[in-house]
Amino acid sequence: MKVVVFCKSVPDTETRVKLKDNRLDKSEIKYILNPYDEFAVEEAVRMKEAGKVDEVVAISMGPERAREALRSALAIGADRGILIKDDVLDGSDTYVTAKVLVKALEKDGAEYGMLLFGQQAIDGDTWHVPGQVAEMLGLPQAGSIIKLEVDPDAGKAVANRLVEGGEEVHEMSLPCVVTCRKGLNEPRYPSLPNIMKAKRKPIQDYSIADLDLSPEEVGKAGSFTEVLSYSLPPKKEAGRKVEGEPEEVVQALVKFLKEEIKVI
Amino acid sequence: MIKGVDFMIMEEFLAEEEKIIRDTTRKFVEKEVLPIIGDHYDKGTFPTELIPKIAQLGLLGITTPPEYGGAGASYFSYGLACQELEWCDSGLRSLVSVQNSLCMYPIYTYGSEEQKEKYLPKMCTGETIGCFGLTEPDAGSDPASMRTTAKKVDGGWVLNGNKIWITNAPIAQIAVVWAKTEEGVRGFIVERDTPGFETPEIKKKMSLRFSPTGEIVLEDCFVPDENLLPGSTVGMKAPFSCLNRARYGIAWGAVGAAAFCFEKALNYTKDRVQFGKPLASFQLVQRDLADMFTEVTKCQLLVYRLGRLFDEGRASHVMVSMAKKTCTMTAAQVARKARELLGGNGVSLEYHVIRHLCNMETTTTYEGTDKIHSLIIGRYLTGINAFR
Ligand SMILES: Cc1cc2nc3c(=O)[nH]c(=O)nc-3n(C[C@H](O)[C@H](O)[C@H](O)COP(=O)(O)OP(=O)(O)OC[C@H]3O[C@@H](n4cnc5c(N)ncnc54)[C@H](O)[C@@H]3O)c2cc1C
Ligand SMILES: Cc1cc2nc3c(=O)[nH]c(=O)nc-3n(C[C@H](O)[C@H](O)[C@H](O)COP(=O)(O)OP(=O)(O)OC[C@H]3O[C@@H](n4cnc5c(N)ncnc54)[C@H](O)[C@@H]3O)c2cc1C
Repeated sequence: MKVVVFCKSVPDTETRVKLKDNRLDKSEIKYILNPYDEFAVEEAVRMKEAGKVDEVVAISMGPERAREALRSALAIGADRGILIKDDVLDGSDTYVTAKVLVKALEKDGAEYGMLLFGQQAIDGDTWHVPGQVAEMLGLPQAGSIIKLEVDPDAGKAVANRLVEGGEEVHEMSLPCVVTCRKGLNEPRYPSLPNIMKAKRKPIQDYSIADLDLSPEEVGKAGSFTEVLSYSLPPKKEAGRKVEGEPEEVVQALVKFLKEEIKVI
Repeated sequence: MIKGVDFMIMEEFLAEEEKIIRDTTRKFVEKEVLPIIGDHYDKGTFPTELIPKIAQLGLLGITTPPEYGGAGASYFSYGLACQELEWCDSGLRSLVSVQNSLCMYPIYTYGSEEQKEKYLPKMCTGETIGCFGLTEPDAGSDPASMRTTAKKVDGGWVLNGNKIWITNAPIAQIAVVWAKTEEGVRGFIVERDTPGFETPEIKKKMSLRFSPTGEIVLEDCFVPDENLLPGSTVGMKAPFSCLNRARYGIAWGAVGAAAFCFEKALNYTKDRVQFGKPLASFQLVQRDLADMFTEVTKCQLLVYRLGRLFDEGRASHVMVSMAKKTCTMTAAQVARKARELLGGNGVSLEYHVIRHLCNMETTTTYEGTDKIHSLIIGRYLTGINAFR
């Protein structure tokens, strides 16, 4: 059974975001593999190590730097990568992204048993793509899972999701879509020998033409949504310290919550 | 090129796997070591349970070929790993330097096939930790004047003498010991359980407190013939070739420590308000920050170029001396400035910079003191030996 993990190259969590000409200023940004995707890669590799999966394929759509994100997935233990890279993809929204990813899946052929995603990308933070892909393919999906049991012979998977006050258990037929979050597993540190081995694992490049898509179907032209403007969150004001005896502090705090910011 | 300081946009000169090696090492030390280091430093202890974790990452055996269990990575990658390890702590980096450059390198380069197969795979997994015994109570900067002897006897050698200031000695399973035979200096692998081999720990040291340091006492210590490193020529060439690699890693490591201190000072002075304004808004503070930033950037350019030359086989030992000398001295100055900019907090282990400052007293001393490297560069420039 082949499983596919979707990997996005995103700005490092410690990036200080700057804007330039109403776009993100990318000049000083360092990129990493989306941390939520790491849970997905780890889970897929563990399934392979447990003998339930034969091949783990990592797919990314993005500019050249996305190759590094794929290389990180290969270092954790994915077998090969697919990079969808084309200048006309610039400006694509989540719908186009999902459409392109589905095309790449079809192009890669061979049946897959499961599609694994991170629950969200830490940059765009839309949570859209996995659901859109599942919908386009008509596959069952479980989002934000914290436990996964796969039985390839029986053709099913059981996934647990955290919901308010408890857990929800989903049984799905394969192939299915899952999105991964913290708690599912503890991603390993890729070891130096495996990083060196990843260097020699194949990454297949696809352009839009390779996927039988036209420029009008992707990028801004193919998108339903468009980003009109960016703005930074308002600057954090200096905190205020409430001092005094416990009773005084509580009273001051309640007064503040009730009267000043009116949340209670 | 190191997170936090990459003013000359060096990132684009790194290969994919180099970035992953750097980032993985950083993630590891940030999560697994930085939170516990203050307590260990305070008590002068080293958590040996860390060794299997470090080994699992492949940090013991970075340049060792895969057939002996290593990663087979480049010296440039080794340098990046040293940088990230020492961003955390010089003692942590020392553990890895000694294992890789001072123990595995001579076994790989001068060892017999049997020695390589016997020791290297277990050194990669951390089951076997090595130490390197060169310095003696009466032979430091001038190791050729060593007094430790190896006398040929039937079936082996009898070693007598004292080594001092030996990193990892108290926790090591093997020691690569340099001793004088009738022909000159040779290297020997001495195993922990050999009768007449002791490694008392050196206490009360105020630097590199995360790294166990000891003596090696050799009293009629019998070492079989098969433990002589057969490929090393007689004399100081072999131990110096090891030191050259370790010094290279120390230079990279110092950049990590310096970058840590600079970033800490920058963030601290931006947050800390005195006289109604952030410290970073005072001209005197900005000059310090500008100087630190510039010095770290200069050192980065140096080790970057040295790393590439090293892998091309074009790095001379004089270049390595220059990098070791200037990077460690720079890191010492940057740590000193950072310590000052953090005010009273600067002397607390909670803020880490005092630890780096204390560590730099060792990194500017071991593997050739600052002065010794000046003499090496001076001899290269003038052709005149000013050592004696
Ligand atoms: C924490 C720590 C770990 C160490 N780990 C190891 C290890 O694993 N293995 C190992 O073999 N050694 C190790 N060492 C030893 C280290 O390499 C020596 O301390 C170093 O080489 C200096 O030797 P020394 O201490 O004998 O000082 P000395 O050689 O006595 O030097 C004292 C001072 O005199 C100066 N000096 C010496 N000669 C000259 C000259 N010709 N002209 C001008 N000035 C001169 C030096 O620069 C120095 O400032 C370690 C040391 C420390 C502190
Ligand atoms: C071991 C120890 C014992 C102590 N004992 C006592 C004690 O008994 N009683 C007591 O009251 N205090 C004591 N102190 C506190 C000590 O006096 C303060 O640490 C010192 O005054 C510096 O203040 P700070 O730590 O808040 O640093 P800060 O004032 O925050 O200074 C941080 C850095 O910014 C620089 N800086 C500050 N303002 C400016 C400016 N305008 N322009 C340029 N640079 C500036 C400083 O030079 C310093 O490098 C002690 C401190 C230590 C470490």
